[in-house]
Amino acid sequence: MKDTVDHELAIPLADIIVCPQCDAVFHLQVPEIGEKAVCQRCHTVLIAPKRKAGLQIIAIAVGIFILLIGATFFPFLDIDAAGNKNSVSILDAALAFANGPMILLALVTAALIILIPLVRVMLTLYVLVPIVLDLPPARHAIQAFRVSEALRPWSMAEIFVLGCAVALVKVADLATVGFGPAFWMFSALVVLIVAQESFMCKWSVWNSLEHPKRS
Amino acid sequence: MGIVACTRCTKAWPLGTQVCGRCGHKMVSRDFQSLQKVWALWLVGLMCYIPANTYPMLKTKTLFQVDESTIIGGAVELAQHGAYGVSFIILVASVVIPLAKFWAIAYLAISVKTRLPAGNHSRQLMYEIVEYIGRWSMIDIFVVAILSSLVQLKTLATINPGPASMFFALSVIFTMLSAQAFDSRLIWDQEAKDRGSRQDV
Repeated sequence: MKDTVDHELAIPLADIIVCPQCDAVFHLQVPEIGEKAVCQRCHTVLIAPKRKAGLQIIAIAVGIFILLIGATFFPFLDIDAAGNKNSVSILDAALAFANGPMILLALVTAALIILIPLVRVMLTLYVLVPIVLDLPPARHAIQAFRVSEALRPWSMAEIFVLGCAVALVKVADLATVGFGPAFWMFSALVVLIVAQESFMCKWSVWNSLEHPKRS
Repeated sequence: MGIVACTRCTKAWPLGTQVCGRCGHKMVSRDFQSLQKVWALWLVGLMCYIPANTYPMLKTKTLFQVDESTIIGGAVELAQHGAYGVSFIILVASVVIPLAKFWAIAYLAISVKTRLPAGNHSRQLMYEIVEYIGRWSMIDIFVVAILSSLVQLKTLATINPGPASMFFALSVIFTMLSAQAFDSRLIWDQEAKDRGSRQDV
């Protein structure tokens, strides 16, 4: 198979990095902390190590975990229209479809906004804690990280928050809506999730899982 | 070059390796079935999108009337009440973005088979946008979920989800799967082939 880089294959395969988006082949040079290695052809970020990223990600992940549990059960929004009151938690919102044949949709919604973010946080902790503590990787850590990466697009907490904003405007003229503690928890959660994404360098994690002693 | 790379963890292996030794991801040099999967999932997504627009999304019961509104109907109603911003968001998130996504995936899938007037970089960008933005269509489902759990005020007003919400969710999920099935490396093969032959001469 021909590719853009045409030099002889004198480099060992371990020193090669291939862009997952466009399949361009590069000689692996691990960038300094704070720098980025970017694919020259399609500009996908390949490696982006950050100082003490592991510890920061763990701290954030613990925060996400606590907020997620709290936000699930505390009241999220309450509504008051002419004396009729109702308050809901996120779990109630997720299970809004639970009557009749729409139960499937209820399960999907609950998974997308609560379960999958929760699973991803736990997998991240499971994989990263041993690495940061310089211990050998946890059992099946590699599978765990792979599952976590595969679940990434299906974790939709941040979309749910924007959905709240739209829903609020829709009912604003019908009734008075108040925010419960879970609303603020969930908003903080979204900021944390975005921060965690930006700290995580996938290549560094794979590399330290492969060579545990070097980490 | 005789190597195959893992699309999950970027590690290179000798050509013919089936499973990545680092992360255990399945590997193929080019997923030639990719386009079949893309089209199959694309079609299911499109088929689900039709009932998602014809059936009611929300059933609103107020004191004197029962109101069933479709996606577009609901947005039009909001605009009539003066909430132009929200109705614009809903129209973009649940009509413009899904349709643009169907078009973009189809365009990409056709473009790797025949030459179309779009450069590699713009096609790569298009692919990344489709992958990134696909999830955001779920916002409509979440709005329905929030509304129908929140607005349960006994006789005064209740909102319940309509059948369209199920079809809409399915449509979003299938188009996301369709975009994920697309092997973005196919975009760059044309260029590699051209340059390869030029260098050989």
